[in-house]
Formats: sequence, C-alpha cells, structure tokens
Amino acid sequence: MSGFDFLTTRFETALGWGRKFSLFHYPFVTACCGMEYMSAACAHFDLDRFGAGWTRFSPRQSDLLLVVGTVSHKLAPVLKTVYEQMMEPKWVIAFGACAVSGGIYQNYAAVQGIDRVIPVDVYIPGCPPRPEMVLDGLLKLQEKIQKQEQDWRWRKKP
Amino acid sequence: MEKETLIGEIRKRFAAEIESDAESLGDQVLIVRREGLRAVMAGLQAAPFDYAVLLDLTCVDFLASENRFEMVYHIFSLSRNRRLRIKVSLPDDNPVVDSIAGLWKNANWLEREVFDMFGVAFMGHPDLRRILMYEGFEGHPLRKSYPWRKEQPRIPLKD
Repeated sequence: MSGFDFLTTRFETALGWGRKFSLFHYPFVTACCGMEYMSAACAHFDLDRFGAGWTRFSPRQSDLLLVVGTVSHKLAPVLKTVYEQMMEPKWVIAFGACAVSGGIYQNYAAVQGIDRVIPVDVYIPGCPPRPEMVLDGLLKLQEKIQKQEQDWRWRKKP
Repeated sequence: MEKETLIGEIRKRFAAEIESDAESLGDQVLIVRREGLRAVMAGLQAAPFDYAVLLDLTCVDFLASENRFEMVYHIFSLSRNRRLRIKVSLPDDNPVVDSIAGLWKNANWLEREVFDMFGVAFMGHPDLRRILMYEGFEGHPLRKSYPWRKEQPRIPLKD
C-alpha cells in the first residue's frame, strides 16, 4: 500500500459522485407508462431534484436509457441500435411491467422483457409504476453508480 | 325510407347477390354471396342508398366451421344517418374476396391489415402486402391456428 493507491480510491468515489448526480436521460417511450414518466419528470415529482432532469432526445448525448413501455419484436432492433449509440458509461432502467417482463402481453408481438435485448441495471415494476417508485428506482441506480467500479480513459485495464 | 322498406329495396335491387338479412344490436345485417360483394358495395355507395362512409372492415376466424373466415364490413349513410353491416363467408382452403379499395380509399389499408393478420387475399387490391408485421414474419398471427405465444424475433434474443 502506498499513498498513491489511497488517492486512486478517492478519485473513483469522486467520479461516481459526479456521475450519479449528472445523469442525462433518453426517454424511449412507447406506451402508456409514458404518462407516468411525464409526471415523474415534471414539477410535482421532479426528477431534477436528483440531478437527472436533463432530457436529451439523442442517445449520443445521454447516459441513462429509460425504456418506458412495451417493446415489440418489430421494435427490438431499434432499441438495440439506440443502446449501442450511447456513449460509455451508460445505464438502463426498465420502466413498468411491460419493459420488465412483457407485462400482460405474451403473444406474437411483445418481447418478454427488454433484458432479452439489452442489459438492464434497475427494474421498476408496476402497471404503471407510481412516480414515487420511479424516484426510488432512480435513487437505487444512483447507489449502484456510486458503488460500482468506475471506468475512465487512462485507467489500466486488467 | 324507413328501415324495413330500405332493406326491402336493397334486397330487391340485389336479389341475386344477397343471401339473407338479419337485425343485430339495432343495425341491419346483410349476408352477401362472395361473388356479388363488389357489385353490392358499389350499388350501396351510390344513390339512392347513399352509404358514403366505410366505417370498418375486418375479419373473424371461426376455426371449426366449414366457412372458416367471415369478412365484416360496416358502412354508414351520412344523409340517412344509418349504419349497415355486410358479411361474407369465405372457405378455409381459398380465402379470397374482391377488393373494395377502388370504392373507398380507406379500404386499402384496412384490407392490408386483414391480409396481414388473417391471410385473406383481396383480388384487385393495388398494393397487397403486410402492413403491421415485419418482413420475414411467417403466418398470420390473428388466425386461431397460429400457435399461442409463438414469437418470431428479428434479432437473436437472450433467454
């Protein structure tokens, strides 16, 4: 153990702190859960209190993908493309029962959960979830971002 | 024209094409022979019957019955404020019927939807291809014979 190790750890914490409070999110809204997303994002519940109020309608400028609503098989390649267009580091929230598991739909059209297409960090259940649950999910994601191993450009890869 | 006389007039005019009529939920229903559908629809759209609006066009799959598919058309007369339902039965082995896309423009996409979901072919349709499902999708998902929960993903999915 040298002093330099100690400094590195602190840097990682600072980076996590910065990242968790500056989430730019991209709303991939396909269905009725979008209404709950809107109320969660607007003044009454206010995602911005937690540093995630900045909506970017371009995946290239965002680091949090909110998948809000049912994803059909027709749409699945589009969702994958949007995810791949996002810059690292990036996180995904599955918002509502349909995005989590397909919800009430199990038929020819609906994908049974978006984790079959892209990796998911936080699942918010509910049909639709209340804005309080959305905020709780966001706080859980922030916890996760703070605790996770941070990645940065000049870091030595194992 | 009152309801009964109106139906009488229509039946008299298209005596060869109409099989029977009935009343269901306050609307008159005409059961039309497959060959006569286009002639009946064209006649009803014009004066004196004046059914100017095609409200809806869809299909029902009666899997067990001999005439498996039943096309259902809802038309509406603005001048009379009256609706009319028209039904045509189609056999399982040859579900083909004349297109009415030349009479009502909205029938174009409605017929494409029925083609996509039920596999009913429309003769004389200008552009008969899938409208909802993607390219490469096999079968017709709203047929009762389509396997329950069968998925056809476009990209490889994780379990």
